[in-house]
Amino acid sequence: MPDPRYWRKPFDSDKVKSPKGVVYVIKDRCKGCGFCVEFCPRGVLVLSVEFNKKGYHPPEVVHPDRCVNCDLCERICPEFAIYSLNQDEIIELAP
Amino acid sequence: MTVAENKKTIGNIPEHPKSLLLRMDRMPHIWCSRCGIGIVVGCLAAALEKAGLSPDDITITSGIGCTGRVAGYVKVDSFHTTHGRAIPFAVGLALSRPDLKHVVFSGDGDLVSIGGNHFIHAARRNQNLLVICVNNFTYAMTGGQLAPTTPVTARATTAPYGSFENPFCLPNLAISAGADYVARWTSLHIRRMTDTFEEALNREGFRFIEIIAPCSTIYARRNKLGTGLDLMKYYYENSEIKHDATAEELEIGFQTKIVVGKFVDKERPSYARAMNRHLGKILGKKYIPPEVGGPQ
Repeated sequence: MPDPRYWRKPFDSDKVKSPKGVVYVIKDRCKGCGFCVEFCPRGVLVLSVEFNKKGYHPPEVVHPDRCVNCDLCERICPEFAIYSLNQDEIIELAP
Repeated sequence: MTVAENKKTIGNIPEHPKSLLLRMDRMPHIWCSRCGIGIVVGCLAAALEKAGLSPDDITITSGIGCTGRVAGYVKVDSFHTTHGRAIPFAVGLALSRPDLKHVVFSGDGDLVSIGGNHFIHAARRNQNLLVICVNNFTYAMTGGQLAPTTPVTARATTAPYGSFENPFCLPNLAISAGADYVARWTSLHIRRMTDTFEEALNREGFRFIEIIAPCSTIYARRNKLGTGLDLMKYYYENSEIKHDATAEELEIGFQTKIVVGKFVDKERPSYARAMNRHLGKILGKKYIPPEVGGPQ
């Protein structure tokens, strides 16, 4: 389905498929800095209202369908608490 | 390691993809919330993965300070040296094991304050090292004293009315000491930082990369700049990529524009190579070059 923000359908939209990612959050390792929430280019994340074990608010995935597996959250996380995997890799991973 | 090989799990999800290079058993690390050092460590791990280096091909040496703790969180041969002596230790490693890649990962207070002499002479002699300096403009671990990189008018514990000393500009220092490869990024430039690390890992000679990182608890709080997130937004708005910047443009004032980029990229023979070439020319057959690899 084309992105509703484009005013026309791109010519190669049937050939070029944007990758789909799945975001994983290791909640108890997060220190609630909010870098991933602030800089995610697709607005996938938001800080949750719940607390983790250390008393911080870990990020929460609110728009999982928007993620394109760009890896920005994994790189910008100073705590190594969030990462995204390509959906195809996860299918391989499952037994 | 690819995702399929990553069999470890944490809770009910797979362990972090960088767990081959980082010691996830020691997480959470000691760095504060909204500190930028962890980003640089993650980018170095990503660069090692992209360059196709195994953990056996690299050593990491750190000094003292917040950034000095990096040596304890990486799953490669690493050493946590005394204050300021990360470069001399790594020089010894580089001369005895020229077959490996040697990385010095330390902070501004360690590398250019107490270790400043080692820094300029390692650059002058073109030792085969990659030096990554995480610059947070203060001595963060000891409580926020005035560092040689603290900008004029910024406050510190030992400068309650603001600093009046002229700070070091680290790329200028490295360029004038003769470094082969000089770059600067902020901790927000994750992709360019990773690419620069990857490029510098495959080069020879003294390579210096400065990373401007936010210090939320000490520097931002004393200067009333908000949190580390506000400093990251400031990098987003005020950093300018300029690869051919002049020396004046590279200077950083208090909350002024930050010029980032790759400033120097040249080839010179490294120290060991120059020694072998020169002595081989002078002494002829009498000269026996040192054995590569050392005792096995």
